[in-house]
Parts: sequence; structure tokens; C-alpha cells
Amino acid sequence: MINIQATAHQLPEILNRYSADYIEARLEESQSSHISYRGRELDSIGRSSAIGGNVRAMVKGAWGFASFNDLNELPGRVEIAVKQARFAGNEESQLAPVEPVVDRLWTEQDKSPVAIPLAEKKQLLDEYNDIIWRTPKLQTSFIDYGDGYKRAIFLNSSGSYIEQDRSDIALRFTAVATEGDEVQQAGLSLGSRGDFNSIQGLHQQIEEMAQHSVELLSAPQAKGGEYTVVLDPVLAGVFVHEAFGHLSESDFVYENDRMREIMTLGKKFGSVELNIVDNATMPGLRGSYKYDDEGVPASKTYLIREGKLVGRLHSRETAAKMKEKPTGNARAINYRYPPIVRMTNTYIEPRSASFEELISDIKEGIYVKNWYGGTTSMEMFTFSAGEAYMIRHGKLAEPLRPVVLTGNVFTTLMNIDGIGNDLDMNQGGGCGKGGQMPLPVSNGSPHIRIRHCLIGGR
Amino acid sequence: MEQLLAQAKKAAEEAEVFMVSSEETPVQFEANRLKHIQAKQSSYVALRIIKEGKIGYATATELSDRQNLVKTAVETANFGMAAKFELPSPTPYPDIEVLDPKVESVSVEEMIDLGKELITAIRKHTPDILCEAGVGKETTSLHLINSRGGNINYRQSAFSIGVIGYLIRNTDMLFVGEIESSCHPLTETKAIAEEVLQQLERARNRASVPTKPLPVVFTSHGVAGALIPPLMAAFNGKTVLNGASPIGNKLGQLVFDKQLWLWDDPTIAYRPESRPSDDEGIPSQRTPLIEQGRVTNFLYDLQTAALAHTRSTGNGRRSQGGLPAPSPSAFIIKPGNTTFDEMISDIKEGLVIEQLMGAEQGNILGGDFSGNVLLGYKVENGKIVGRVKDTMVSGNVYQLLKQIAAIGSEAKWVGGLVNTPPLYCPHLSVAAK
Repeated sequence: MINIQATAHQLPEILNRYSADYIEARLEESQSSHISYRGRELDSIGRSSAIGGNVRAMVKGAWGFASFNDLNELPGRVEIAVKQARFAGNEESQLAPVEPVVDRLWTEQDKSPVAIPLAEKKQLLDEYNDIIWRTPKLQTSFIDYGDGYKRAIFLNSSGSYIEQDRSDIALRFTAVATEGDEVQQAGLSLGSRGDFNSIQGLHQQIEEMAQHSVELLSAPQAKGGEYTVVLDPVLAGVFVHEAFGHLSESDFVYENDRMREIMTLGKKFGSVELNIVDNATMPGLRGSYKYDDEGVPASKTYLIREGKLVGRLHSRETAAKMKEKPTGNARAINYRYPPIVRMTNTYIEPRSASFEELISDIKEGIYVKNWYGGTTSMEMFTFSAGEAYMIRHGKLAEPLRPVVLTGNVFTTLMNIDGIGNDLDMNQGGGCGKGGQMPLPVSNGSPHIRIRHCLIGGR
Repeated sequence: MEQLLAQAKKAAEEAEVFMVSSEETPVQFEANRLKHIQAKQSSYVALRIIKEGKIGYATATELSDRQNLVKTAVETANFGMAAKFELPSPTPYPDIEVLDPKVESVSVEEMIDLGKELITAIRKHTPDILCEAGVGKETTSLHLINSRGGNINYRQSAFSIGVIGYLIRNTDMLFVGEIESSCHPLTETKAIAEEVLQQLERARNRASVPTKPLPVVFTSHGVAGALIPPLMAAFNGKTVLNGASPIGNKLGQLVFDKQLWLWDDPTIAYRPESRPSDDEGIPSQRTPLIEQGRVTNFLYDLQTAALAHTRSTGNGRRSQGGLPAPSPSAFIIKPGNTTFDEMISDIKEGLVIEQLMGAEQGNILGGDFSGNVLLGYKVENGKIVGRVKDTMVSGNVYQLLKQIAAIGSEAKWVGGLVNTPPLYCPHLSVAAK
């Protein structure tokens, strides 16, 4: 096996040979395993290992980037990155100043889920699949389990040298029920910072998910139109991530005068109850780390405080260009990509309302639960609920087919008129941006209530 | 590779080694300016074995640690599914041109010029638009050998130019875009710019639609984004085998409008999704999926085909180093004879859908789709009058494609995966704010 530490030792000398405004290098080695089921049968099981790295150079405001699997080619790749940057650059390089850091944090190896024997993982998943298949009218099921352990070395031309590691687990279940020509599905998505215990003991949740897919066969479709909706913590977490979080990523804002106008600090976005936070310093979550992929220390950043825009997420470059402080939010999914501005653990802070209080005065509304997917195009967002129920006269009523919610970010945030007391962080899924997906993140919220939300339907 | 195969053969009855290496150079523009030039070298090797009748699998980014690859493949074979297929013996492959050596020699300067030319043309029309453009070239080598003597080795080139333009006025945002790809170097940006300018023209004014069922024209982009993903899932042999495809038991039956023809085709020369062989060494073929509205085939890899008691259609693909699985190469819908303008002039009040957001989030398997119209236009009295906003559409692909008012005569590629004309559908549910 090639040793990335040994390669890293030679790097400062190699980087020194080239002149650029800034150069950084990243080396990674990782192991992963996956198990998937399609229907009753195991579909795929395997193990992978990878070694790779990249070099990123900045010359006169432009980046050159070279990634590689073959570490022996390293000097040549440094040369390509510097040459490309030189080629593209024609203005002044701007990077927010950061103190060089030397830190060695390879601490999670003992907890690596990859090391757990495949037999043990398979046995647990077999149990879960058996539960799904005990459900009548169930047509098929999908289970995708993946884990990984990655160690990385980051170093740059300012003298930083950081060793960090991370373990990760992602698990998704889908149950598909059919009757005649009807096909309905329900899903459950989970993740953890490598802690295998966190995916044990899910038997009851999985049974409910499978039963829900069958219930949907006879559930009516929501009538399209505007409703008061109450979101559970999982879906509200997706909402805060999609609808607002992506707007806070400064790489879209910093070179865009109109977006800068819209996202002016101090501007009112919601009621005084509304606080939205991105926080990579929370221990043990999938979006957590000590240093980002530019070697900048992680931070807790208030995006909205008491309804007003107070902050945003930065890389070193966006921070410098907007004359703000770097927040340590530059992340890359792996060595094949340059870091870009990303969220970490993003959530709405809890307030005092109970769930009962949130629904008690709704005459006709919709309660939406669980994550199915979500996407945004800055102004507009769309997200879909895995479960939906009518709310009638302050009480939960009949289940509905899954619904898609959509709206304008700015008006929807203003329309949040109730925030619950039950913050819960959802670790399932992953975030995609700029072709980099899935990036481990978490998002969360208490139950929230939104007025005038547009629901798709017939 | 041969050494790895030899070592694996000692540990298992059958073995297959698949190796890919690629060199990719993307040039990226952000906010109208050249931002990034990248060079990405990557390689991986995948070892699949059959040991005691069961499949084992391991991948790595380097060949050097052969022993460990064989060891982990053997470990996974303990739990692997039973292999129902045989690896292919030596076989002739169709001659499908997918390499143009000229791609490799296109200089970064030329790529930058293409991006600049495209952005300049778009900004000449709309000066305050912000463009993210990408010009990319890639050369890939694939090599597969197996213990039955199967051996396929080919190189492929790809070149693409794409742009997304966003126009922001107050809190109103408009997204337009187009992408073109080929195995040849692309030297022209005119057609891409024209498509983008047409979108900008059509979206110039604002219009609103009522909440009710309306006739809808899906442009080629609209078809590819909203209607093709459920079909790709439904025609996947694995979905069929699991009983989750709504058309799985309808082989030979009339399910769609009689005007509709659809096939999967990896044999078109110089298309980036074309290839002489799939990732298991099965020769490529064109597979008819819908003929005159009848379901005619599903797409299979070796294992899925064996489980379904049929033959592989040469659709075994590996995504990111995974085990082969059935996957479409390029979905082609046969053009009809109605022009886009004829469709529009037929509509008194209706909608043109260019891009749906969230279209893939619904119950894909059941064919339901639902999404916000990210880019779409209102039609009034036979004319496009402007862009609609805050509008949701929802429907079911199978109901929609059962009765098509007309199939367009102007087919085009949308990305590399889909070639389709516009489709004109008589009713779709629309909800507007």
C-alpha cells in the first residue's frame, strides 16, 4: 500500500518549486463497504478502497485544479494545476487570511464501521428485510447500506498541515406496495457519523414504514392548492436546508450584485421567533468537523437571528471578496473535487409551541412528515413529503398520498407562524451541489407551521 | 490485469477484471468569467469472482495491491448472491465509432475561447444575464478480461459545451440553459446560444395560468426531465424482476398511444453514451422498448437476465465502481410529423413545459410526477405569451402517454442520454398561486 503520510512529507518541497499566490494539496485514503437488497434477495455486496489526491493553485484570482489516483505522478500534477491557474488568472487573488494550523486528528479509526464484519451487517439488514416482507400487499423493497472511513492530509503553501479522519454510515429503506395497477412507496433514510449502534433497533420504525406504503394504496391524493401546513422536524429540516440554507452559500452571492442586494445583512426574512443556524462544531453529527477542506476552523454561524439575516457561509475566497470573516464552510466530497461553499449541520432553533398547539386552530390543513427529496433554484424550492395527513378542525385526520410542496423562499419564510419546542436533527440523506453529491450533512428543526403553502395535487 | 485475473482464478471458479482510466479537462466559467481549469486523472479496477457459485466483488483505485483485492472479493463471496449467469466467451463486437483522437489535442485555449464566445453571444442579447458555462473534454480507456477468455478493450472520447444563464430582477429569477455533447470536438456554439436566446425571448413577459387541467406541450427538455425518468425506471429489467414496474407484466400489450416508439440505442456513432460493448463484455445492440404503443422489451444485464430467464440486452453498466446493473444507454423517441409551431397554434389556453423542478421526487415507480414549473410558458390563442411562475403541475406518465395529441417532428439530444421531439398532451393538472 502507498503511504499518504510519506507522500505528504515530500510535498512542501515540491510545492516550493512553483510560484503561485497560493497552493494547497490534499491526499486521501479510504475504505468503504456496501450492501444492497432488491426485493427479498441480496443484490450487491462489496468492498472498495481508494487512494487519491489533488492540488489546487491560485494565480491572479483564478484556480487551477488537478486530481489524480496515481500518487507517483504528483510533481507533474502540481505543475499542471499551477500552469492552469496562471493561464486563467488576470486579476488580484483574494483569500481571507487564516492562521496556519498544524494538527493531527486521526481519531475515528477505532470506530470505523468498515471494520465490522460484513456478516454482522448483513444479519441486521436481513432482520429488517424480513420485517418489511411480513407486510401484506408488499410488492418489493430496496435497502441500500453504505459505510466508509476516510483519512485525509491537507497542507498548503502557508504552512498548514492537518490530518483529519471521518467515518460515515448511510442507510436507506424503501418499501413498495402494489394493488392492481397502483404502485405506492414509503421510505426511511438514516445516517450517522460512523456509529453502527445508531442503525440498530429500528425494527418498529421499519415495520411502520412498510405498513405505510400499503396504507397509501387506498389513500386519496391531496387536492392541489394553498393550505396551512405543519411540517415535522425531518421535513422542516429539509425545508431549512433547501429553501434557505442554499441561499446562504456565498459562492452564489459574492459575484452577483442582485443577490447581494436580496441577501443584505439586517434584512427581515421572518418573524422574531425565527433563528436559523449552521453549526459544524456540534459533536458527532454527519456535518461536523474541526477544520474545513481549506484548513479553516469550523464555526457556529447564525444565518437568521430573530427574523433578521445576520450571516452567511463562506470559503476563504468568498469571505475576502465580501469583506466578511471566513466561516469554515469550504467542503469537497472527495479528492476529485475542489472545495466549494457547503452547509454542515443546519437547523431552526426550537421555541415554545407544542405540536398540539400548532395544529389546534387549523380548520383544514395538511400535516407533512418525513423526507423524500428536495431541490431549490434559489428563489423557488420544491420538496416532497414521504407522508401526509389532512388536519381537520385541529386534529389529524385521514392519510394522503405523498405531496410535493413548493413556493417562493422569501414569502414562505415570512409565512412561518409557529415554531415548536421539539428540535430533532435528521442525519439521513446527503446534499448535492455543483456535481458533488452526496455530501454528509445533517439538518433539523422542531415542528413548524407555514401559512399559504402551495401543494401539488389533482 | 492479467496477473490479477490469474491470482483470482486460483481463488475462485470464475473471475473478471474490469479496468477504467480516464483523463478529463473541464474548463468552467462562473458569473461570466473564467473561473476554474481542472485536470482530472482517475482510474479504478474492479474484480468480480464466482466462488462456490456465489458472486464476490471488490474495487480499488490501484492495481498494485492484487492480493488484497482477491482477499476482499473472496470475503464478500461468502455472502454474495448466487451467480445465475456465465461470463461471456470471446465474441465479435459491432464496430461503433466512439473515439475521435482530435478531442485529446484540443487545447485549453480553444476551450476557453468556446466558452467566451458562447457567453458573449448570450450577453449581447441580454447584457445583465449571469452565465455559468462549462467546456469539457475527456478520454476514457476501458478494458475487460474474464476467465472464459472474454476480452474487450476500447477507448472513448467525449466533448461537451453547456451553459446555464440566470437572470435576476428584484426577487425574480429566471434560469435558462442548454448543453451539447459529442465524441467529436465541438467547434460551434451558435446552436447552443440560439436555444438559450429563444428561451429568453419566450420568457420575456410574465403570464399566469388558472388552476385547472390544461393542454400541455413538453419541449424536448421537458420530456427528458419530467417523462423519461419514470420510463427509465419502468423499463429497467431489475424493476421488472422485482415486480415494481407498472408495465412489468404488459410485454406485448398496448400501454401507450399508438404513435409512440421508444428504443434504447448505444450503437449510434460518435455519441458519448455509445459503445461497442457493455461493462460485462456483452456486445451493444439497439433494443426496441415501445413499438406503436406496445411494450416490446426491458433492459437487462447478465445476472438480471438470467434471473428473468431471458438474455442480456447489453445494458450492464457499472456506476462509480459498483457491480454491473441494468442501465439505459440512450433513450430515443421517434419523431412524429407535427412541428412545435403547429402544436402551439392548436392551443387556445395551455402551457409549454421546458423545465420542471422536483419532477423526480414523486412516486417514480408508479409514474406519478409533480413539480414546480421552473421554466414554462403560457399559450393563449395559439401564441406563447410569456413565462409562468408559482405553478405546479402533476400527472401520471402512463395516463399522459396513453393519449398523445401529437408527437413533434423536431427531435433533439438533451444531454447525452435522451433524444426526443416535443410531445403535445391534451390535459395535465395545473395548480397556480
